[in-house]
Amino acid sequence: MSNGAIATGQEPVRLCLLAGKIMLQSGAETYRVEDTMSRMATAMGLVSSHSSVTPTMIIFQSGETEPAKLVRIADRTTDLQKVSAVNDVSRKLSSGDLSVAVAHQMLIEIDLSTHAYPVFLQITGAAIASGCFTLMFKGSFPDFIPGVLCGGLAFSAFILFHRLVKVKFFAEFTASLLVGLLAMLLVTLGIGVSLDKIIIGSVMPLVPGLVITNAVRDLMAGHLVSGLSRGAEAFLTAFAIGAGIAVMFTFF
Amino acid sequence: MALAVQFLASFISSAAFGMLFNTPKRTLFKCGISGMLGWMTYIMVGFYLDSLYSTVIATFIVGVVSQLFARLSKKPVIVFSVAGIIPLVPGGLAYDAMRKFVENEYNTAVQLAAQAFLISGSIAIGLVLSEVMNQMITKTIRRRPKMGSGPITSNGDSQQKVAEIQDDTGDIT
Repeated sequence: MSNGAIATGQEPVRLCLLAGKIMLQSGAETYRVEDTMSRMATAMGLVSSHSSVTPTMIIFQSGETEPAKLVRIADRTTDLQKVSAVNDVSRKLSSGDLSVAVAHQMLIEIDLSTHAYPVFLQITGAAIASGCFTLMFKGSFPDFIPGVLCGGLAFSAFILFHRLVKVKFFAEFTASLLVGLLAMLLVTLGIGVSLDKIIIGSVMPLVPGLVITNAVRDLMAGHLVSGLSRGAEAFLTAFAIGAGIAVMFTFF
Repeated sequence: MALAVQFLASFISSAAFGMLFNTPKRTLFKCGISGMLGWMTYIMVGFYLDSLYSTVIATFIVGVVSQLFARLSKKPVIVFSVAGIIPLVPGGLAYDAMRKFVENEYNTAVQLAAQAFLISGSIAIGLVLSEVMNQMITKTIRRRPKMGSGPITSNGDSQQKVAEIQDDTGDIT
């Protein structure tokens, strides 16, 4: 095999890996990542490709005699815009509307793009959602305002601490600690009624409900390793939040 | 009146979560709708059945609605289903369980944790059920015209098989 052939032979592999990396970092389920990668691979003529995806890495092999490639995934967020954009690229590539080079360019752009909603809008969203959750969990109307305040505090504290310290669980712990303090303060001042409802509502943006559900889904789909590791992640997050609140309760 | 508040609240919170998850702007409204329908079903069925069953049914509805929306706006299902299941997710239970653990009340804690696990299991079951149903329907629709034109199974030709798989769901699911 000549050098030129290898260079063109690597292009589809790099494309698949980039697509898989973006999707996995943006919170797509494991089976979706594998599915998209194999679709893209077949569209580019790699018929017997294999991929193995866990939440922390992707291994991709383009053919039976080719060497396998590995990509390590360090941090994961939920960014559905990227998942849907990669999906578009993969669909267009499969239908032949895009050339490989253009698809690669588009994927690089998607990878570099940032969150579409500015931070203050996200915090507002989290705050309003928390207020609504307080109502949905059968809190009374006076609990709405404290829910909004605590939820906003929880999310902004989480973002702030996550930027300062790269340990996610510390950020979650501190955020829930602050939420507990503020909620208790507000209830003591007579602004809210039921402390529990306010706290549950306002930690909802932090709670790993989605990760738990994805974990069970991965387990059901037979991705046992992914399911268990996602489950561990969810457990640690829930533990951080519970511990934050509990620490606050032991002090007061 | 209380119900109306619940529905409005679930709509707003699902849409707001869509914002946190960075769903495309044009889909926010649909995210809210799918969340609201799920929560509506959950509450309505919850009058008659246990929360496990109502979660399954509600998630099933969310899954079906998300698949419809996904077809309509050519986005992956996950965009709508994630926002839709947010109100149903046992976040409160998981938090409660963890709090009891940390407070040394292990009996209650294990109960709550088991319940949270079961509810997340039923959310997964609901989603998988709706997906399976969707696949069955699309397959029967796609297969029927092919029946006349010739045999479908050609196990030697992997290329054709791949092509068949590809237009099955069109990468939407």
